[in-house]
Amino acid sequence: MKVSGKTHKYGDNVDTDVIIPARYLNTPDAQELAKHCMEDIDAGFAARVRPGEIMVAGRNFGCGSSREHAPLAIKACGVACVIAATFARIFYRNALNIGLPILECPEAAAAIKAGDTVSVDFDTGVITDETTGQTFRGEPFPPFMQELIAAGGLAAYRRARA
Amino acid sequence: MAMTMTQKILAAHAGLPEVHAGELIMAKLDLVLGNDITTPVAIGEFPKFGRTKVFDKSKIALVPDHFAPNKDIKAAQQCACMRSFARAQRIENYFEVGHDCGIEHALLPEKGLVTAGDCIIGADSHTCTYGALGAFSTGVGSTDMAAGMAAGETWFKVPSAIRVELTGKPGKWVSGKDIILHLIGLIGVDGARYQSLEFAGPGIRRLTMADRFTIANMAIEAGAKNGIFPVDQPCLDYLKAHGAKEPRIYAADRDAVYERTVRIDLSTLKPTVAFPHLPENTRPIDRVGRVAIDQVVIGSCTNGRIEDLRIAAKVMKGRKAAPGVRCIVIPATQRIYLQAMEEGLLRQFVEAGCVVSTPTCGPCLGGYMGILAKGERCVATTNRNFVGRMGHVESEIYLASPAVAAASAVVGRLAGPDALARRPARRAARKSSHK
Repeated sequence: MKVSGKTHKYGDNVDTDVIIPARYLNTPDAQELAKHCMEDIDAGFAARVRPGEIMVAGRNFGCGSSREHAPLAIKACGVACVIAATFARIFYRNALNIGLPILECPEAAAAIKAGDTVSVDFDTGVITDETTGQTFRGEPFPPFMQELIAAGGLAAYRRARA
Repeated sequence: MAMTMTQKILAAHAGLPEVHAGELIMAKLDLVLGNDITTPVAIGEFPKFGRTKVFDKSKIALVPDHFAPNKDIKAAQQCACMRSFARAQRIENYFEVGHDCGIEHALLPEKGLVTAGDCIIGADSHTCTYGALGAFSTGVGSTDMAAGMAAGETWFKVPSAIRVELTGKPGKWVSGKDIILHLIGLIGVDGARYQSLEFAGPGIRRLTMADRFTIANMAIEAGAKNGIFPVDQPCLDYLKAHGAKEPRIYAADRDAVYERTVRIDLSTLKPTVAFPHLPENTRPIDRVGRVAIDQVVIGSCTNGRIEDLRIAAKVMKGRKAAPGVRCIVIPATQRIYLQAMEEGLLRQFVEAGCVVSTPTCGPCLGGYMGILAKGERCVATTNRNFVGRMGHVESEIYLASPAVAAASAVVGRLAGPDALARRPARRAARKSSHK
């Protein structure tokens, strides 16, 4: 699977409170959550983002609360992939479980600039910054995770193995 | 192969003689927890796992605490969704508002639902609190919670560990909160990412169980998968007093391998405050400068226990919250509320100009019961000071212990209890409250 799109860039320690503020957690509806995605760190994001675009961030992306509403909101905005130097562990698990593609790649996270067009090949883990021509190799998922993603998330994976 | 304490618990729950860091395992669960924010999403996912019934109705705990008592219509719908699922599934550990309710991580140990050696997941990041009781417990998302409710097992990547060696005796006003804030300041908010924090050393016996709950609770704020304490007599006494199941005691092997060791001499610590907007931005109380405040919150899963309320009441006794400071006290459970009432603490708080709330997570995550306006500053005994966490995106949160929070309420700016030495308590405080 390949995706390609314009990037939105953020710094280190983007926490789940800024990805989706708790004041909007009175609904589990992903489309409703998407309207407020990144509101406290980038107020215009939800209106600006286009389907297929890519989020790039620094270390410890998704730290803090375990709210699955955070990857749900990002996915419902149409974001095709999140590339970060590192992910907080609960966010990492949640993103895989709901089928939001994510890749850890510190080099790509440092070099890619906001607005660059980036393509990601999930089969090889290769990230290409089409704007600058640079390529990076993302951390490949272990086989178990690849099966989980291929199945379309945890529920589908567990059902297939039941 | 030598294992850490966490690895031993995981191996036992995976039915394996040993596990090693990085290994993916499937482990049996002793308890699956959810709250009114995360459970509705899990209930939506649950049928997709191909089951109609939960794996064991006695091993699931559902706690309405975040936006409960219901803060608005949407929150009421979420609580109603969880309530009807609990009824339909005959969940034994559903804690209705008013009926022995409370904040999940204070409530579950109090109800004896957690014991040493347990393997627990909860759809709440502060599920790591139960490491204080020698259990492996970690926060997950709603889909993992749904999977756990359906199958009674889940996958884990076995974590490596950081050994945190505590020595020395903490000073008068140094509590569990100061210790964990100091540690987060040392290693950073991702210093233990994907790892266990395994506490060790002779300093542990100086810590009350309340201190240990607070420390384990904020392991997540260093990015840790779990934080865990060895099982000793105070821990066993706590388990017995709360009617917990028979403990299964695991100890780290002497030659267990750690990524690194962090040593903390508790006698050198001072009351510690985390400045906005990350828990790692810590400063000792004598280096906080002059920070005028608008609000104080004393409560939460981190610091809403009876010991916390006693300390706050002791600091505030005979004194009043400074004019213009709104001090909100939130006992974490109904039992704590009653105990605080019987000990006269609630009267002291009210007479000191504080409001006392029913148990709720409310203000900690900017839900309700103390939202901050633009530019306002709050000293809170809660666990996160992220941008906008408690309200307006331009408000500020200073994380501190109950002693510092109470002293700050009295002084009207960020301050430690020693600052009150210059402000002797007035015995006639009660008269001044009736003008």
